[in-house]
Order: sequence, then C-alpha cells, then structure tokens
Amino acid sequence: MKEINELNLPDDLRYADDHEWARVEGDKVRVGLDDYAQDQLGDIVFVELPQVGDTFKQGGEFATVESVKAVVECYLPVGGEIIAVNSALEESPELINKSSYDDGWMVDVKPTDLSEIDALMTSDACLEKLKGAE
Amino acid sequence: MNESLGDTGLILNDPLLWEKGKKGRCGFSLPRRDVESAPLREDLIDEGPDFPDLSEVDVVRHYTRLAQWNFGVDTGMYPLGSCTMKYNPKINEKYASLPGLAGAHPLMPADLSQGALKMMFELEEYLTEITGMDATTLQPAAGAHGEFTGMLLIHAFHVRKGASRSKIIVPDTAHGTNPASAALCGYRPVAVSSNEDGILSADAVAEVMDEDTAGIMITNPNTLGLFEENSKEIAEIIHAKGGLVYCDGANMNAVMGVVKMGAIGVDVMQLNLHKTFSTPHGGGGPGSGPVCIKKHLEPFLPVPRVVRDNGTYVLAEDYPESIGKVQAFHGAFGVMIKAYSYIRRMGPKNLNKASQLAVLNANYIKERLKGTLHLPYDRPCMHECVFSDKHQAAQKIATMDMAKRLMDYGFHPPTVYFPLVVHGAIMVEPTETESKEDIDQFIDAFKAIVNEAKEDPDLLRDAPRSCKVRRLDETTAARKPCLAG
Repeated sequence: MKEINELNLPDDLRYADDHEWARVEGDKVRVGLDDYAQDQLGDIVFVELPQVGDTFKQGGEFATVESVKAVVECYLPVGGEIIAVNSALEESPELINKSSYDDGWMVDVKPTDLSEIDALMTSDACLEKLKGAE
Repeated sequence: MNESLGDTGLILNDPLLWEKGKKGRCGFSLPRRDVESAPLREDLIDEGPDFPDLSEVDVVRHYTRLAQWNFGVDTGMYPLGSCTMKYNPKINEKYASLPGLAGAHPLMPADLSQGALKMMFELEEYLTEITGMDATTLQPAAGAHGEFTGMLLIHAFHVRKGASRSKIIVPDTAHGTNPASAALCGYRPVAVSSNEDGILSADAVAEVMDEDTAGIMITNPNTLGLFEENSKEIAEIIHAKGGLVYCDGANMNAVMGVVKMGAIGVDVMQLNLHKTFSTPHGGGGPGSGPVCIKKHLEPFLPVPRVVRDNGTYVLAEDYPESIGKVQAFHGAFGVMIKAYSYIRRMGPKNLNKASQLAVLNANYIKERLKGTLHLPYDRPCMHECVFSDKHQAAQKIATMDMAKRLMDYGFHPPTVYFPLVVHGAIMVEPTETESKEDIDQFIDAFKAIVNEAKEDPDLLRDAPRSCKVRRLDETTAARKPCLAG
C-alpha cells in the first residue's frame, strides 16, 4: 500500500471524508473515488452504480464498490441528479484502480446547490487529515 | 519437533472428472436381465445429465487426491478467528452413525421416534441451561439463519404489542451477518461505534435508542475478542424504551458456564453448534444455529416443538402466535446428535474448563506475539485476539502476505481483514484444542515470518511457495469467474 507521500491527490479536485472526489466541469460535477480509497481497497472487482435520473442529497449512498478485500458504500459529495454514469465500470471495474481520476470516474451530477462543494476538502486538507490519522 | 510442519508432501495432480472420463467406462455392473425387455415411457426418454464415464477407482482416486490437497482441523492448527475451528471428537460421529438415529426418517410418527425426540428435547434443555435462557428451538440451519429467526421473533413480539418499529442497532464489532439478518427481516440497521477500549459504551447506545428501534444485536464476546462489559447497562437502556436485546452467541466458546446470557439482559440469542459444540464446521458441515429465548418470546417460537406429555414426546403444532416453520422438518438432526454427544461427554465442569482453556490459549498468543505484531487493543481478551500489520507497513508487507506465508509453515491462516474496525486485522482464535507445544510452534512461525518480512520480504510476497496451489489470482477469479464442475 502507498505511503501518504506517494498518494496522488490532484489540486483541482475536492475531496469528501470518505474519499470520493468531485470536479466541477461547467454546470456538472464529475465524481469518483480518490487514490487513497482505490489503494486501500485494492483490486476492485465490482461496481454498482445508480440509474441516470436518480437524485441524492449530499452524503447520500449512491454506489457500492466491491474489492477483493471489502465492500464499501460510496456517498455523493454534492447533492443533485445523476445525469450520466460510467458504464465502462460494469465490464472493467479495474478502471478505478488504474485511472481513478479519468477513465475510472463514476457518475456525473447536476448539482442542486453547487456551493455544497465548498464544504469539501482541498487536496492539502485531505493530506493533512490523512497525516493526522496516522 | 523442531522441524517446520510445512512440506510439499506426496501431492498428486488430478484433472476435473469431466476431463478424466472415457466413453464407455463404468463404475458398476448390472445383473443379467431376467425379465422381458419393455420400452421406456416417452416422458422418461431424454439425453440424460452430462455425467462423465468413470470407473470406481477413477472416482476414488480423484476424491482422495482432492482430500490430500485439503487442510482441516484433523490436519493441523486452524486458528480462524470468529469461527471456533475446534477439534470434532470422533465419538460424536460414532453416535451420529448409530443406525437407529442415522436411519430415522423425519416423517416417522412420533410414537416410533421417541429416542430421537427425547434427544432433541434434552438438547434444548441443555442449551437453555448453558445460556441461562428459558427455552430453545433447534430448527435454524446455521448461525445467520438463527439470527434471522431471532429477528422474526423480535418482530412478532412488537407486532403483538401493536407497535411497528423500523430500526435495529448493530455495533461495528458485531458479526458481519448481523446487519444483513436485520435488513432481511425489514429492519434498518443503525451502526454504533465501539469505544477506545474496543467495546460498546452505554452512552453510545443511549444516544441512538428510541421508540422506533426494535432492539440491538450485540455479538458477545465481540469480534475483537473482547467481552462487552456494559451489556447489562445497555440492556436496561434498550428495555426501558421497549426494545429487545439480541445476542449473537457465535463466540459462546469463551464463556460456557461463565456467563448466563439470560442474566445480563439478553432476550434472544443463537448458538452455533458447529462452533461451540464441536460439530464439523465449513466443508464438513452442515451447520446448526439453535435459538434460545426468554419466556416472553416463547409463544412465537417456530413449530413443531418437541413437548413431553406424561413421559412421551410429541411434536406440538398448536401455538397460534408461532412464527411458523423456519426449516424443512426439524433442523440438522445429525448435527444435533453430535452436539448432544459432546455436551454429555463433557458435562458442565468440562464445558466450563474448555472455555477457560480457549481464553487462556488466546491470551497466551496475544502476550507472546504483541511485541512482534501490532496489538491495537492491549487488554485481556476472550477466545480470540486481533493484531494488525501496522509494524510491517514500512516493509510494504500486508496482512495477506503474512497469512499466505503461514501456509508454508503448515498452519491454516487466521481470519484476515476482519473485524473492519482494525485496519489489516489478523484475528487469531486457537480454541482449547491446541496444546502448548502446538501453540508455541505457531508463535515461532509467526515470529520467523515477521523476521523474513524485514530480511527477505519477497519470500512473503511470493508465498505460499510449498502449497499445491500458489497464490491465487483472486482479482481475476472475482472479475471473470469460471464456474465449472
């Protein structure tokens, strides 16, 4: 597993407590799992995504990810409507391990309130939190 | 014995039976036909199942070879935490194979099954006494089925009171099946965190307990191998708001004859005969998960119930509030005989002693390995102790690598990555079965492995090296499963 200084947590994303990332792309927000989460989970073998059109509040349980080690629920970092899901994950769940910020994205959200994103951590804050937890 | 247990042994390869079969080979011969040949009925004519053609020796060798690849408690130490892989005394098998019991048919009338019914009746009484509860049903097929049955009983209790409650409290140190059993019964599991000592605090329960909560499911001792010391206070909080206390009794092996669950506020609990009561576990099963209850849940117990009526045993169905049957016929009858045999052979004093030795063995391992492995909760444990791979993080060696390497030393690995509250958990439950010499050998093996982690970590990353099958590609197996006979 990675040491904290080996983690890749890009500056242009925001991070939730449970290690989902959120990236504002125009009027939508793209969501996935961060490098820490994919590294801790290990090889991911199954991803259950929501339906397009489903709506969740911030922190709502929107997906389930299963790895060889554990099954975890994922919580939506910003509330809103799911407008797209990465269906490539059905056949190739390993995309989250290989490319957690690009090909391994999970859902696109049309946010109800974009300012919710301000409550999420910056990459620095996320790193600080991980160091504190050590 | 100073030599390591691990070795390759005389292990022979064997293909799948379907690959081994040769057209026309046969394992039996029919006697010469001595009646007129007659055509088969149309509806019986079909291609038949896809079975391979094999001789008797083909089949015997196949399964004997597979058995040689296997590891069981009859082979060696099997310290699988939370599973109580204790030795299964062979005398249990002797009694279970008595023709009168082994051949008993579940549809035989009660007056021709008095021995079988008496045995069930007495087993219920023994389990009731051991747990300090008021009555027992033997029907559930295994632990999680017992949990589900317990949930149905709790649900029936609330329904009779006219209350509809929607939640069940489940601590993070409960067995993983607990929230699933509650959810299957329609309840929403509410998670509660254990405290810094690894047990549940009364305050944490008080915070979430309300009148919409049907009860709590506590695994006691819990999955950290710690006794839930606040159980009684927690039960009072639950009862004060009209809820019931479910105890997952899978870890009862730590407290037989020590704790009367009924006396610390438990209303309903299951026992795992295939753990605590020495019946085969895992592939040797099946399991059996009797449920013990307090008086106020008795009207809801599954039917039929074995009842004694003027010295004869009958199967009684007339319980209008019963949740009904939860199992075809009467449960895993063969398993009941083995558990009955175990309890009768041991007697109260020795059951108590077994628990004491199980706890002693776990504490011995905890004390001797705690400098070598990280011990997140450093306090006296019950039947199992939980370490982590924190000290090995610098060498990038994880729990899985150490577990796999243990196989090269001839031990079944402990439970790993559970409970979830410990990162990289290594959960060791030796049970009372193991002698000091065997436990010392296990401890020495673990110490040697931790040393290898520092000096030659690839030995661990490539482990197991001496097993029939090297490290499995679990990822591909999970992503692209190939299911074949």
